[in-house]
Amino acid sequence: MDLTLDSVSVELAGARLVHDVALDAAAGQVVGLVGPNGSGKSTLLRCVYRALRPATGAVRLDGDDLHALTAREAARRVAALPQEHSAEFDFTVAEVVAMGRLPHRRGLGGPGAGDHARCAGALRRVGAEHLAGRGFLSLSGGEKQRVLIARALVQEPRLLVLDEPTNHLDIAHQLDVLALVRQAGPTVLTALHDLNLAAGHCDLLYVLRAGRIVASGPPAEVLRTDLLAEVFGVRATPVRHPVTGAVQLLFDRIRPTPED
Amino acid sequence: MSTAPVGGGAVSPPARRIPAAPLAVGLAAALLLSLVCGVALGAAGIGLPRALRLLAAGLTGGRLEAGEAAAYAIVWEIRLPRTVLAAVVGAGLAATGVAVQALVRNALADPFVLGVSSGAAVGANAVLLLGAFASLGVWAISVSAFGSALLAMVLVYLAARTAYGLTPLRLVLTGTALSYGFSALTALMVFAAARGEAARDAMMWLLGSLGGATWGSVPIAAATVLAGLAYLACAAGRLDALAMGDETAASLGVDPDRLRRELFVVTAAVTGTVVAVSGAIGFVGLMVPHVARMLVGAGHRRVLLVAPLAGALLLVWVDIVSRTLLAPAELPVGVVTAVLGVPCFLLLMRRRGYSFGGR
Repeated sequence: MDLTLDSVSVELAGARLVHDVALDAAAGQVVGLVGPNGSGKSTLLRCVYRALRPATGAVRLDGDDLHALTAREAARRVAALPQEHSAEFDFTVAEVVAMGRLPHRRGLGGPGAGDHARCAGALRRVGAEHLAGRGFLSLSGGEKQRVLIARALVQEPRLLVLDEPTNHLDIAHQLDVLALVRQAGPTVLTALHDLNLAAGHCDLLYVLRAGRIVASGPPAEVLRTDLLAEVFGVRATPVRHPVTGAVQLLFDRIRPTPED
Repeated sequence: MSTAPVGGGAVSPPARRIPAAPLAVGLAAALLLSLVCGVALGAAGIGLPRALRLLAAGLTGGRLEAGEAAAYAIVWEIRLPRTVLAAVVGAGLAATGVAVQALVRNALADPFVLGVSSGAAVGANAVLLLGAFASLGVWAISVSAFGSALLAMVLVYLAARTAYGLTPLRLVLTGTALSYGFSALTALMVFAAARGEAARDAMMWLLGSLGGATWGSVPIAAATVLAGLAYLACAAGRLDALAMGDETAASLGVDPDRLRRELFVVTAAVTGTVVAVSGAIGFVGLMVPHVARMLVGAGHRRVLLVAPLAGALLLVWVDIVSRTLLAPAELPVGVVTAVLGVPCFLLLMRRRGYSFGGR
C-alpha cells in the first residue's frame, strides 16, 4: 500500500512533460497533487493507473513495479477515476459499477453472486443504491461521481487515483466526495485544483510546476505565500475560519510579468 | 424497485429492459421456425408440411416418393443453403456492427465504416466488369471481393495508425476517406465497362444478394462468423470497459490499443467473408445493434447474445421477401432491409426511451 514514484519522467510526442518526479505515499494516506494547468498532474497520474508508461523511472506499489505486472494484475491493485466523460452508450448504474469487477473475473463468466453483493455494498457506501437501475447518462454530475467511486471501490484496490474528482460539482458534493474517498480505505493519490480543499483533505501535498515537483510536505508547510506567488502567480492571504479555526487562503491575482 | 432521487434535475424512469436469456431463447426458436419457412416459401410453392418432410428425409436418409425429387433438390440444394447463409450473414453483420461501434466508440458506425464494403466492391466489380481472375471460375467474385476487402482494411489500418495506436476518430475518418477512393475506383470501372448491363450488375452486387448461396460457401462463412462470435463473447467485459473510454479501460486492466487491434482483425475477417458471399448488405450492421441495446441495455454480454440472433432472424425474412414479393424476379437485399427495417427501427426508438449520446 506504499506508493513510491522513483524518478519518473514521461514523454509524449517527443516532448518531456514530467521530469524526474519522486513521490511517496504511505498506507492509508491521502496525498494531493496540486499545480497550475498544464503542470503535468494528469500526465503523472496516468502513469500510475497505467494509461501511460513512464519514459524513465518506476511506479512501485509495496515495492512491485506496476508496469511490470499484467494489466489485470495492476488493475486489481490500483483503481482510478480518470477525467473523461464518454457518453455514447447508455449503461445502467449497476452495469457501470459491475465493470469494476472486470480485473477480478476469470474466463467467460459474467459477474457472479459475490460480484453483485460487492456492487450493491459499494453503492450503499456511496449512498447511491437507489440509482442502481437508472441509466448512467441520465445522472447529475454529483451522482455520476459517486457511482464512479463505487466502481473504483468494487475493484478492491490498495491505491485509488483521482484526477480532479471535484470538477463540476457543487460545494456540498465536493466535500462529500473527498470525505468518501478519505474513509474508503485505500491509499489515495488525487489531483486537486482547489487549494483550500487540498489543504483540508490531504495528509501530504506535492506541488508540480512545469513537470517538476517544486515542494512537498504537510499542507501547512507547503502552501506558503511565497511558493503560491511563484508557482500560481497569486497573492495568498491566510485567514482563520472563525468557526472551525482552520486556516483558509484568500487569493488575488498578481499581475503577470511579461515572460509568463 | 428504485425510488426517484430528490433534486438533481429531470428524473428519467429506469430503462425498461427485457431479460436477455429468455429473449435469446425466444429469438432462437423463432429463427429455427423461420429457417423452415425460408425453405417452404418461394417461387415454387412447397408448403410447410412438405418442407418439413423433405428436410427430415434429407437428415435421416429416408426414402422419397418418385415425384419428390425436384422438390427435394429445391429444398436441399437451393433454398436451405440460401436460408442458412442468410442467417449466417445476418448474425455476422449484427455482431461486427456491435464490435465496430465499440471499436470506434461511435453509435453511428457500422461494419462498413472501415472501408471493407467499398474495398470488396472494387474486387467484385473487377471480376464482374473486367473479367479479372477468370481462372478461379465460380469462386472468382468471392475470392476477389475477400482479397480486396482485406487489402482495403490493411490500408485503412496503416493510414490510421499513429505512435499512440489506433484512435477512434482517426479510424472513422480514415475509413470514410478511403471508402470514397474505393467507390471512385468502382465507379470508374462501371464507366469504362464495355457492357451496357455493367451498371446494373455492379448495383446488384452493392445492394447485396444471397442468390449465389451454395453448400460450397456456407461452411466457410459459418465457421468464420462462429469464430468471430466466440471471440466477441469472450471479449464482452472488455468491450464494456472500452466503451467507457480509453483511460477508464486502462484503469480496469484492459489495454485499449491491443483490444482495438484484435477487434480490427476480427471485424476484417468476418465482414470480409460475409461481403464476399453476399455483397454489401447495409442497415443490418448499423441498426440491429441498436435494436438489441433498446431491448436489453448496453452491456455487451447481453447485446452480443441478442444481436446476432436478431440479425439472423431479420435477414432470413428479408431474403424470403426479396425472392417472393416479385417472384420470379428478385429484389436486392439492401432494398428490403431498408424497407422492412427502417419503420421497425423508428417505431422501437420512439416507443422505448432509448438514449445515446446523453439524451
